[in-house]
Amino acid sequence: MFENIDLSLVNWSRGQFALTAVYHWLFVPLTLGLSFILAMMETIYVRTGDPEWKRLTKFWMKLFGINFAIGVATGIILEFEFGTNWSAYSWFVGDIFGTPLAIEGIMAFFLESTFIAVMFFGWNKVSKRFHLVSTWLVAIGANLSALWILVANAWMQNPAGMVFNPETARNEMNSFWEVLFNPVAADKFLHTITSGFVLASMFVVGISSWFLLKKREVLMAKRSILVAGVFGLLASVMLALTGDMSAKTIAKYQPVKFSSFEALYNGRENAPLVAAGILRKEGEKVGERHLPSFVFRIEIPGFLSVLTTGDKNAYVPGINDYIYGNPERGIMSFSEKKERGETARKALLDYKTAVDNGEKEKALELAEQFTSEGFRENYFRYFGYAYIDKPEDIIPNVQVSFYTFHLMVMLGFLFILQFAVVLWLLFAGSLERYRWWLWVMLLSIPLPYLASELGWVLAEMGRQPWIIQDLMPVHIGVTSLKAGNVQVTFWLFALLFTALLAAEVSIMVKQVRKGPEKRED
Amino acid sequence: MAPMISHAFLQGYWWIIISLLAGILVFLLFVQGGQTFIFSLPADELRKKMLVNTLGRKWEFTFTTLVTFGGAFFASFPLFYATSFGGAYWVWMAILFSFIIQAVAYEYRSKPANIFGTRTYDIFLLINGSAGPFLLGTAVATFFTGANFSLDIMNRVQWNSPWHGLEAIASFRNLSLGFAVLFLSRVNGLLFIIKTIEDNELQERASGKLIMNSLFFLLFFLYFVVTLLTAEGFALNPADGKIFMEKFKYLHNFTEMPLVLILFLAGTLAVLYGIFTALFRRSSSSVWFTGAGTILVVFSLFLILGFSNTAFYPSLSDLQSSLTIHNASSGHFTLRTMMFVSFVIPFVMAYIWYAWRAITNRKITGEEINKDDHAY
Repeated sequence: MFENIDLSLVNWSRGQFALTAVYHWLFVPLTLGLSFILAMMETIYVRTGDPEWKRLTKFWMKLFGINFAIGVATGIILEFEFGTNWSAYSWFVGDIFGTPLAIEGIMAFFLESTFIAVMFFGWNKVSKRFHLVSTWLVAIGANLSALWILVANAWMQNPAGMVFNPETARNEMNSFWEVLFNPVAADKFLHTITSGFVLASMFVVGISSWFLLKKREVLMAKRSILVAGVFGLLASVMLALTGDMSAKTIAKYQPVKFSSFEALYNGRENAPLVAAGILRKEGEKVGERHLPSFVFRIEIPGFLSVLTTGDKNAYVPGINDYIYGNPERGIMSFSEKKERGETARKALLDYKTAVDNGEKEKALELAEQFTSEGFRENYFRYFGYAYIDKPEDIIPNVQVSFYTFHLMVMLGFLFILQFAVVLWLLFAGSLERYRWWLWVMLLSIPLPYLASELGWVLAEMGRQPWIIQDLMPVHIGVTSLKAGNVQVTFWLFALLFTALLAAEVSIMVKQVRKGPEKRED
Repeated sequence: MAPMISHAFLQGYWWIIISLLAGILVFLLFVQGGQTFIFSLPADELRKKMLVNTLGRKWEFTFTTLVTFGGAFFASFPLFYATSFGGAYWVWMAILFSFIIQAVAYEYRSKPANIFGTRTYDIFLLINGSAGPFLLGTAVATFFTGANFSLDIMNRVQWNSPWHGLEAIASFRNLSLGFAVLFLSRVNGLLFIIKTIEDNELQERASGKLIMNSLFFLLFFLYFVVTLLTAEGFALNPADGKIFMEKFKYLHNFTEMPLVLILFLAGTLAVLYGIFTALFRRSSSSVWFTGAGTILVVFSLFLILGFSNTAFYPSLSDLQSSLTIHNASSGHFTLRTMMFVSFVIPFVMAYIWYAWRAITNRKITGEEINKDDHAY
């Protein structure tokens, strides 16, 4: 079962998915946030009747449209890549994973696409109120799309609401609500959409700062900064709070991932938080694997314990606790989990053999095992460990986890400061005098993009080697193809997406330079 | 109520939804069909802009249909999703590439500084318009003619051709459905253009192109249907769950389900009537008939594929690996949950219709296109 996996195929398949996801995520967060900013601006227009608000809404809407098109282009492929490149995974979890994707399509995508059409083409064709409702529905639809795909992703990080069926050799959903209200899903959704709000706010503030620097469209720029600045400040505070919630959830459900954020090898009480640090390539050794250790770090004593549990003296487990086990703290070792996973795998193979041999009673007995709570909790829960050879293989890339996490968090706090300062200067009436600050805001546009991508790299690389936490390692989920096939499509996608990105940026820059349409009066 | 619903009922219910979505998807390919005329139909730039905009606005409403179809198939019949997408890798990748380039083409084609020039984006539309329907039709034909896969005990797919799906084009039966879908979408595209654009010259030229495209559609469609009804089909023995070859299987399915046969004939007649009214009565509303007919024909073809003990995705390499709506479906709980979700579909269709009517209550004219600040 699952022998002869081609690692080159696995790596190219991972690479292709990562490439598509990274490109897709360059465009989605702007859609998530800018749609709400548009809705707020248009609401002010409808309430005040001031045509200047309509003019600036239409300007940002044009940029929204350019970004949205390429988001669609890169998004089409993602859903299908589960099937094309991860077919074993798709069968193993399709019974659960397909549902949120289908709901996303039926409930959210059509809401978004239908009312985007009204938003773009309906200015002179539908009433003001209908148009405004359409713009709000676009924002709601876009964010609902995010909800469903993140519910699906969260399930991979923390599988819930299902039971394994040995007859079909897959997991089957037995509680939709457990899938939907998965604690990882709630945190992930809130953290992700607020990151989109921050990114879009920075985009609007940055471009508006450029207009102020050029002394063009001053009123439009200030009004845009007002809306996006307030939205950005609130969202960036929410982003920090949801980030904290998310980290706590990860500590609970994906503890090895959490320990790797902090490069924490040995668990301890009163654990310090590493505020900043530099890792050297080697220094720690787990099994045959050399792992990085600190050259330098700034620590806040006890803060990691406080953040994870609220108690300064609480014990925070380290990577080694999960490798070697820590019975005192009730943590099982890798070898014990592997043993249990192998028991579950053997039960499945025995079941298949019994079915093949026509031993109905034995097959029934074995099948029933998989429905018992005890077997599920104590054995099947560790099913994926049966496919992992060495203990050190359950440790993700510590350097990637550490740096992406810390850089993302630092940028997150920087955004709060930036939005607070820009609003302060705006209300003080001195924003245009601080030209250097306008430059800072303009040049900061790429930073939320960076932070957002870092967040996804952290989420996905941090959970390696699992495609489904503890149940299925990545290399087991891959479609059986020759690696060359995936190599060709990888490069085709890389070429196509890069070309389209270049076109998108070029069009966007041109439209910004052109500025809004002339006043209608 | 819920426990009384049998698993077989839910499998059938979901196959009907998938069949309906397939019908709607093929009908909506009129956008692609219309795109194939981007260089040949309009005599000048303004008319080209009118053509692109009438199709593009429609595309904005329904571009998510393909993804929804994929998501619904994944949720209801995940073994098909895993087997076909993973196995027929190159066919699906080619289809997806054609839809990716379409997604940016409308928005970017006329924008300044688009790097590659309007012509490149128009070629993207042409490629998507031609390759999308043709490849989708060819891929769907393998639902009737079989594909080269086998499944192991863990239901992992092995594709037994290095061409990973592209080998389907070596069969003329597959090609005939591919061409039938392509020409049908071109016919629907022309009729949609006639319906929505107020321009005599464009309408005249579209009517002129209708004859040959209709003929080609009929030719390929007839060939596919005749070979379908006379060929062996992949039947399921409900007693032991084994798949076997049965002569005239799909013809039997029609006779066993006369209502489906009526739907199929009604759909075919509606398409023919739509073409007839466009050609001989100069009707501008013919797309309603061909559109409804397209949905009915595809819907009924999918029904004879999934019901009446038939394998809907047959394996040529290992007959017993063939997929039926029973062995490929999701579990009872998931199908039931999804059934509740499906109840919102009429509501979704209603608001799409309402919004569509709200912004397209007048035909497109040159004057309107020139005034529209979001024109493609």
